[in-house]
This record gives sequence, structure tokens and C-alpha cells, in this order.
Amino acid sequence: MAGVHVSTTVNGDDVEFVCPGSESLLDVLRNRLGLTGAKEGCGTGDCGACSVTVDGQLVCACLMLGAEVEGRQVQTVEGMAQGDQLHPLQRQFIENAALQCGICTPGFLMAAKALLDRNPDPTETEIRYALAGNLCRCTGYDKIVRAVSATAKELSQEATTKGSKKR
Amino acid sequence: MTLDTQFTDQKFKLVGSRPDRPDGVDKVTGRARYGADASAPGQLVGAILRSPHAHAKIKKIDTSKAEKLKGVKAVITSADLPDLTNGNRGNYDILENCMARGRALYDGHAVAAVAAIDAETARRALSLISVDYKVLPHVTDVDAAMRSNAPIVQPHVRTAGGEPSDKPTNIAQISTFGHGDVEAGFAKADKIVEKSYKTEQTHQGYIEPHACLATVGPDGQGELWVTTQGHYTFRNLCASLLGMDIAKLKVTSSEIGGGFGGKTHVWMEPLALALSRKANRPVKLVMSREDVFRASGPTSSTSMDIKIGCTNDGRITAATATLRYQDGAFPGIWGMLGAMTAFACYDLENVQSVGYDVLVNRPKVAAYRAPSAPMAAFGVESTIDLLAAELNMDAVEFRLLNAAKEGTKASYGPTYGPIGIGPTLEAVKNHPHMHAPLGKNQGRGMACGFWFNFGGQTCTDLNIGVDGTVNMTVGTVDVGGARASLSLIAAEELGIPYEHVKCNIGDTASLGHNDTTEGSRGTFSSGMATIFAARNAIEELKSRAAKTWDIDPEEVDWVDGEAVAKGVEHSNLGPLSLAQIAKASPNTGGPIAGHSETVADGAGVSFASHICDVEVDPETGSTRVVRYTVVQDAGKAIHPDYVEGQFQGGAAQGIGWALNEEYIYGEDGRLQNPGFLDYRIPVCSDLPFIDTEILEIPNPNHPYGIRGVGETSIVPPLAAIANAVSNAAGVRMDHIPMSPPRIRKAIKAEAAMHQEVSAG
Amino acid sequence: MANAKGSAFLLAGGTDLLVRMKSGAIDPELIVDIKRIPATQAITKTASGFKIGAGVPCAQLGRDAALVKAWPGVVEAANLIGSDQVQGRCTVAGNLCNASPAADSVPAMVAARAKAAIVGAGGRRSVAVEKVVTGPGRTSLEKGEFIEAIVLPTPAPKSGDAYLRFTPRTEMDIAVCSAAVNLTLGPKGVVTAARVVLGAVAPTVVLVPAAAKAIIGSTLDDDALANLAAACEAACAPIDDKRGTVEFRTEVAGVLARRAAKLAYERAGGK
Repeated sequence: MAGVHVSTTVNGDDVEFVCPGSESLLDVLRNRLGLTGAKEGCGTGDCGACSVTVDGQLVCACLMLGAEVEGRQVQTVEGMAQGDQLHPLQRQFIENAALQCGICTPGFLMAAKALLDRNPDPTETEIRYALAGNLCRCTGYDKIVRAVSATAKELSQEATTKGSKKR
Repeated sequence: MTLDTQFTDQKFKLVGSRPDRPDGVDKVTGRARYGADASAPGQLVGAILRSPHAHAKIKKIDTSKAEKLKGVKAVITSADLPDLTNGNRGNYDILENCMARGRALYDGHAVAAVAAIDAETARRALSLISVDYKVLPHVTDVDAAMRSNAPIVQPHVRTAGGEPSDKPTNIAQISTFGHGDVEAGFAKADKIVEKSYKTEQTHQGYIEPHACLATVGPDGQGELWVTTQGHYTFRNLCASLLGMDIAKLKVTSSEIGGGFGGKTHVWMEPLALALSRKANRPVKLVMSREDVFRASGPTSSTSMDIKIGCTNDGRITAATATLRYQDGAFPGIWGMLGAMTAFACYDLENVQSVGYDVLVNRPKVAAYRAPSAPMAAFGVESTIDLLAAELNMDAVEFRLLNAAKEGTKASYGPTYGPIGIGPTLEAVKNHPHMHAPLGKNQGRGMACGFWFNFGGQTCTDLNIGVDGTVNMTVGTVDVGGARASLSLIAAEELGIPYEHVKCNIGDTASLGHNDTTEGSRGTFSSGMATIFAARNAIEELKSRAAKTWDIDPEEVDWVDGEAVAKGVEHSNLGPLSLAQIAKASPNTGGPIAGHSETVADGAGVSFASHICDVEVDPETGSTRVVRYTVVQDAGKAIHPDYVEGQFQGGAAQGIGWALNEEYIYGEDGRLQNPGFLDYRIPVCSDLPFIDTEILEIPNPNHPYGIRGVGETSIVPPLAAIANAVSNAAGVRMDHIPMSPPRIRKAIKAEAAMHQEVSAG
Repeated sequence: MANAKGSAFLLAGGTDLLVRMKSGAIDPELIVDIKRIPATQAITKTASGFKIGAGVPCAQLGRDAALVKAWPGVVEAANLIGSDQVQGRCTVAGNLCNASPAADSVPAMVAARAKAAIVGAGGRRSVAVEKVVTGPGRTSLEKGEFIEAIVLPTPAPKSGDAYLRFTPRTEMDIAVCSAAVNLTLGPKGVVTAARVVLGAVAPTVVLVPAAAKAIIGSTLDDDALANLAAACEAACAPIDDKRGTVEFRTEVAGVLARRAAKLAYERAGGK
């Protein structure tokens, strides 16, 4: 397949690349843009290690063509921290020992962020189902679920504090 | 210099606390570099052509068209990998497993490989290689492979440990363990239960596929970046198979995305090196998920007969196990390990276990977390439950009555020191989980498990910077948080803050040989080497302080991170901190370091007891784990978060194995489910929280009392869940995984039997 | 597309297409992304029902309150396909065109009397969803034709639909077998109309009129449910494969149909 020229935004930066029309977004991110945070665990959408968001929608980068992100906003784990400030999820994952080998962690962080963005106060069951597309083989998910819960609590407390300050 | 390995009941300041792991930020920001995350200028992409047949003679391989394709830089077959193994059959098997030599022995066996300028070209090149196969009869089932008329997998194999014979066989080894007189023991029994069991083949299921980046030049020097549990072992093997000098091959272990035993073996790394050598360019080779399932090393499928007898008051008089484990296409020790572990939890007067290692046309079996123990435990612990039911005795009480203890002669030979099986059972007995009410269609089960743990060759360097921070280099790969635990140990010994230690995993050029991170040895053995290296550095720190004070080093003590001059005569000398001594080091003799090169002996055996509640839908056979508790002896939990993590991870893998995971082979001998869609590892919504209770019964052979913790947690789940499902469904389950169709079938068969009985 | 030299494929959500490309099963010469056509991106409420554009990701169905209220079973079925990641991409039109007998959304759409709006060089046509798939991986679409939308009718008053599937895991699985039921109630909670559809028990999804007949005229009492299950079992012609046995699929299809019927009955306002 002939090369396709694509202009897009990745983690807030304008990016251009040329890739074969059949190349996955995951291969583009990893091999053309040097963003190896998204991992290939299966290449078939069954493990979630390559989770990124496109226009805010959580997707498996392995199930999307690079050519499809023309004009879109792509977010990867590399764009999660703000400067030297880790995202609360990132910090809670470390503090709760929610990672062992860490290969699935970028995908879990992206999926957990997508969950909290749409549901700031999820139940344990909601967390478990929202993360069902991400496989982890080390932790038994226990500490991951706890880290996401703790983050939700932290963010809601922050929101309350901010709210009361405004008043 | 004291290098005493004896447990000393030291009081800890840091060990046992839960600081953040040092590699945390790298791993949550996507910066950590795993096997497939490295690249080199001018790198080529490698790809492997694999056999579509379970068993075939390779008559001819024509690579000429592939070689002519533009962008192809190297094509290799077994002809490019001459046999340099000098009669070392083990190494020859590894070489043959990496690439077929005239015979394809399983679906997925590599037959040729290419290196090309990009993935697309490499893929096209593979399609241009033509292989002329003569398909041979195959066998994939362990019982079928033992029959006298079975297709022979390895014609040279004769049974080790069996009757001498000239006849080819698939039984590679028979291993017998035990003591006493089992016949006499069964004669004394009031009750005897005898039952057969089966388990299907499972895969470790690490999320990161095998991946490496290999560079070899015409000067015979090379580098290999690879995801591995043992880069020194990989180096030695690759160098030996390729005829390179060990010193000239530098292997760096990347961050590792899970291994669980599956990354203790080389699978395709020698091919990457051979391709690179032929092309004289770096070659990156990454397995697809399908390749991982078809052509790395899963665990054995098994078939077992267990027989246990006891008196009416619940004392076991005799126990036997016949354990048939398949090794894949190459001989292994898996049946042997099954036979060694089967009865390790119990104090038995008369016991015999026989393990068969059997060859089939499946991929070469590799270690999977406490390899071989979970299946044997499933058979034994199910039978123990059946016997307790026959006696009308509580299953925990029955186990407690027969549990091994200090002084028990283990069924596999040694006599135990202080061990944790009794305490884990007591903890289970008293756990609220055991006394919680059960709902409709729910059942509870429990089971015990054992693993040896391992020590081995270990080597650690500890260098003190002029600012008093410490750079430590260890050679055991960090598979689950070991850098945090080892940093805690170094900081504890030196009396400095945890944050002042930076722990690195050294490449093979930086340290002497380290055995692979397997056998739950990482924290045990590198922990021991770290203690020794730190104590070694402390001796040097004391001697520098003595030099500064101009007193005898014998007169210096090390207290809480400071050198202190002993005795009233030196009361004018204020203490010197590690940082002060380090700062002065350029003028007191140069850099300060500690080293340890050791063989860590005395790994402590560990035991666990698990409790599980399940709910079974009797109409569909669907099973859900509703509550799960792990109780395990850690010896000493250095960083409890990561000890709990090991307990939970092992339990989760066991749950997947017990309920859904299995290799499914077709009649054609091809693997039908080489992907995460149909090889069903548990997802987040399948599991409850997994509760843990850490017991600490010190290992007398480690200064801190550490036992390994990584593996034992996968041993009890198969049995615990089988006992729970059997209780919930009202029918004994004897085939793992207990998939919904199997449970449904068992429920129906049981109902039909009752009907017959009531009709009769 | 019709002018493509080699094979040409339409890209909707891509959650099947990219997997097939990865496995080497297909090697497209041309891929056309239909999501860039605005009309394919919307769920439209029409006088006669709902029109779901071919590019609408399944997750969007769950966010459409009117659609959820009208066809909860169809939405549930669509939302069972894959993970949240896949939900953000996969489409019901794609699920239909992939032509798997185990497709989750198809039995529910058939039960709901959904139609496929097909467009091609020869113009537009509307076809009942059950007529689209002719066998595993095969459809009745002509070369150059594609589905631009799925059209669902407005449900009759006092109607309810439900879809249940059996999978060994709670998520991330393919249906071993499945059942969709759409029914309408008359006075006193008597079922006056019903459609019962089974998935993954034959080369295509199976509409089972005998199962519908078993519950029409009943208030879904135990006998009616038993007859429904028996009719479903009789309609099964599954295969033994890695996902399930003939025996298991047949038996569980009946169980699921029974449970789905109860759920649909409740949704229709029955007690």
C-alpha cells in the first residue's frame, strides 16, 4: 500500500508522519514517533496494553490505522503527567503497588483515566468492568482496583476543597 | 569478615516497610524500556517461518526466492546453525528447539528465519520460502503418548530410570520418591480413596511477548538486549550454541513484562544473533502473541492416579501417586518435580510417588511458577478432601492431623527444619473466611501447597558515592519489585535512608555470573548477597574511620549508619557518618565498595493454604469466584506490598488455570486457540479482591529469615477451587480446567446416576 | 472502490478488519474509511424508528437514552461486544457484515425486526437483517454494495426485548451461544407477539418461530418456558469447537432463551 501523509496532534503537539495505509496506529506511535509507552501484548485488541485515547475516546491503538488519526487528538501515557507533576492515577499506582512487571501499566492508566473522566465515583464493580479490556497477569488486579478507587476518592476530595474555596 | 548465613532475629528499621518502588515513575510514564522498546541504527526486522504441522520430516527448504527479494538481508535455516554442542544433549535439544533440524516436532516449530529492512518485507520473504514437508503421525495427549504403538517423538530417547531397553519410547524418564512400605500402610488403613485426575496444558501468559535486539559483528563480538529472567544464562547458552566467546557477548536484560518461568529459556534469541551475524546489522526480533502460545514453553498437561489410606481416627497410613506429565517434544524434569512435590505437605510413614516425563508433539515445556506442583497438589488435595468426607472429619482438621512439621522426613528425601504448613492451616482454621455463611449454589474449598524455593549463584556490587549515596548492581532480573526489596536491605544494613540507595540490574559485562531469576530466588539470594556486600562495605567504612582517627579498625563499631570508636579511651572521637567517610574517601584510600560473590544455599521451603468460595450456576456450569484468601509463609516479608502482590498474582493465575485456561489441540495436532481471546486468562471483572495473610516463620539459613515467596501461591488454587466447585455443584470435579461444559456434564452424569440408583 | 485492482475493504470500526489484516488472512489493496462520511456517524430518530449509521460506535448506542428505552436488548447486545476500547470503535453494521454466527448484536437486531439499509452502484435497498448473512463469513451483499445504516422500528406498545449470551469469562469473550427475545403483551399479561432468535448454534443466527409460538398466548408460565426451551433446543444445529460442544450449546441456548424471555417479559410490563 502506498504511503499516506497524516497531520495530527499527539499529546498536544502537532505531528506529521507518512505511513503505509495498512499500518496500525500502534506501529506508528512506537516505530515512527518513538512513543513506546503503548505496548503490543496481542495485536488483536484482547489485552489493552496499547490503550490510548483518540478525541477522548479510549481505543486499542492496534485496532486503528495510523491513517485514521488525521486531524484528531491522540493522547498516550507519555502525555499523562503535567510537567513534573504525575497524574494522581500515576502516583496512586506507585503508592498502592498496583504494578509488578509494569508492562500493562500504561494501558491500565489510560483506561482508568477514561473511566474517571466519565464516572468520577465508580463502584468496585464499575471499575472492574471498565478495566476488563486490560489484561494484567502479575497482580490479580487487586491493587490496581484499589489504586483507581483511591484516585477517585482523592480527586473528589480535591474537587470538594476547590469548590469550598471558591465559595 | 563475617558472612554468616544463619538467621539472627535482627531488629529492623526499614525492612518490613512499604516505600515506593524505585522504578515506579519510569513504569507509569511509559519510559521504562522493555524487550521490544529498544532500537539501533540500521536495525533490521527479523521474522520466523514456523511449521504448520505437528510432526513432519523436512525434506527440503528452498530459500532462494526469499533471498532475492529486495530488502532481504539474511535468510537462515538450521544449516546456518551448525551443531557445536559436542555431545551435550541438553544443549542440542535447545538448539533443535530454536530451529528444526530436519524434523518439525510441533505446530509452531521454527524452520527458517529472515532479516529484512522492514516488517512488510520480512513477511513477504517468509511467504517466498518453500518447505517440502512429509507429514508424520503425531501424538499430543500424554496417555496416548505412553502407549506402545504411539508415534515416536524422539527416536533416540530411552527411558532414564526405567528397565534398560533398545526400543524407542516417549517415556523419557521415570522418577520415584518416597519411603516406608506402602503396601503394609494400605493394609493398616480403614478407609482408602483412589482416584484419577487430569489437567490440561496452560501458558504463563505474560503480557510481554518475547523480544530482543541482537548485534553481532564479523569480529565475533556481540550484544543482546532481551526480555529474560536470566541474562547470564542466556549469554552462556547463546555463546555456546553460536560458537562465540562468553566474554564477547554482552547481554542486557530489558525491563521484563512478566515471565513466571517462561523467560528462563532461550526460544528465538540465538536466531536473532545468527541473523545479525549473517547480515552484519542489528536485528530486532519480536514474537507475535500467536508465536508465544505456539512456540514458547507452556506447562505440562497431566494425567494422575492418587491413592491415600487412613485409619478411622484420621491418621494417614499410606499414600501413592502416579504422575504422568508431558514435556512437549524434548525431555524435561516436570514429572520428576511433580513426584517430588506431591506429598510434601504431609508427615507420612509410607509414601511413594512416581513421575513419568513423557514426550508429545507439543512445544517444549518450560517452568511455570512452582512448575509441576499445582497439578500434583490438585490430585492429592482433592483426594485428601474425599478422604476427610469419608471420615466425616473437617477437611482442615484432617490436614492438621497429618501435616508435616519440623523433623518430618519429607516424601522427596530431606528432613524439614522449622516450616509453615501447620501455622498456615491453623491460620485458615481461625480465619473469618472459613466461618462466613455461604449463599445459594455456593461452595467453599481449601487446599495446601508446597514449593522448594532455590538459591544459587549470585553476585552483587555496592559502590558508595562521595555524597554518601549508594549505587548497587545486582545480577538477578527484577520480575516483580525486587529492586525495592533489595534497596531496603542495603539501606537497613548500612543504616542509611532507603532513598539513598539506587539499585540497578547489571548487564553481563558488569558482574560475575548470576543464576536465572527462578525458583523464587531473587530476594532470597540477591538479598543475601546484598547483606554480604553491605557488610563487606561496612568493614571498609570502619577501616577508613579507623584510619581517620588513627586507631585500630578492631576498635571501630558500625551503629545506625555511623562509625563509632569503641571504649572510653576514644570517647573524645565523635561518630563518623557514612556520608562523612564517603566524602573523605578520595583521601583515605579511594572509592569504597562492597562485593559479594556467593552460592546462596539454604533456600527455605515454603507452604501456603488457600480458602476459596465459588458460586456455580447449575444450569450452565458457569463458575464465579466470590471470595478468596491466601495464607502463606514468607519467612520474612521485606516489602509486604510486593509479597502480597506475589500471593495475589499466583492465586489469580491459579484461578484462571482451574476454571478456563487450556491449550486446545485439534485432531491435526495444531493449536486452535493461540490468542488471548480463546486462551482465557482472568479479566478484572472475573475476580474478587484477593485477601492475604503473611506468616513469618524465619528461614534459619538466611540472616533475615527470608524464604522465596513468588511461586508457592500458584500451588493450592487448582485444588482449593476444585474442592469449592465440587462442594457447590455436588459432584467431584476431576478434570482441570473446570470449564462450564465440563461442570455441566459432571452435574448431568451425577443426576443420571442418582436417577438410576433411585429407579433401581 | 469498484475500480480497485485488488481486494478493497470498508473500514467502519476496524475491530475485525485489523485483526484479519494482522493474521495475514487478508491483504487489502484499498481500505475505505466510511466514518469520514458524516451521515454514517449519527443515530437518527425517525417517524418509524431509529436509524443507526454504519460508523456509529457501539458505545454511542448506550449513550442514546431514547434508543436504550426503546430497544434495551439491542443496546445490551451491542454493548457486550469487546472491551470499552473496542466499544469505542466497533459498529453494529460491522458486526453484521463480519458474518460471524456468534455476533452479539445480530440476534437482538433480528428479534427487533431490524433492517439493513444497503447502498451500491445500483442504488439503495432495504433488507431484513436476517437476510444479510448467508453463512460464516459470507453475506448477500453484492460487490460494491455496503450497509450505510441499520434501521430499527418503533417498538409496539407494551413490548420488551432482551439479549443474553453465555461466555466463560464475564467480559472479553465470544458468545458460546446466545438468545434474544422480543415480545409484546396484550391484556392480562398475555404474550401476543414474539420473536426468539438464537446465536452461535448454527452457521447463521436462527430465528425460531416454534419457540415464539410456545410462548404466544401464555403469561410465560413454567410450562410455556419449558416449551420455549425445548423448541430452542430443537432448532439448534451447532458444532463442536474450541468454544463449546454441541451438547452444551444446545442445552444452554434453551436456558438463555428462557431467561431472556423472562427479562423481556418484565421489560414489557409483565409480572
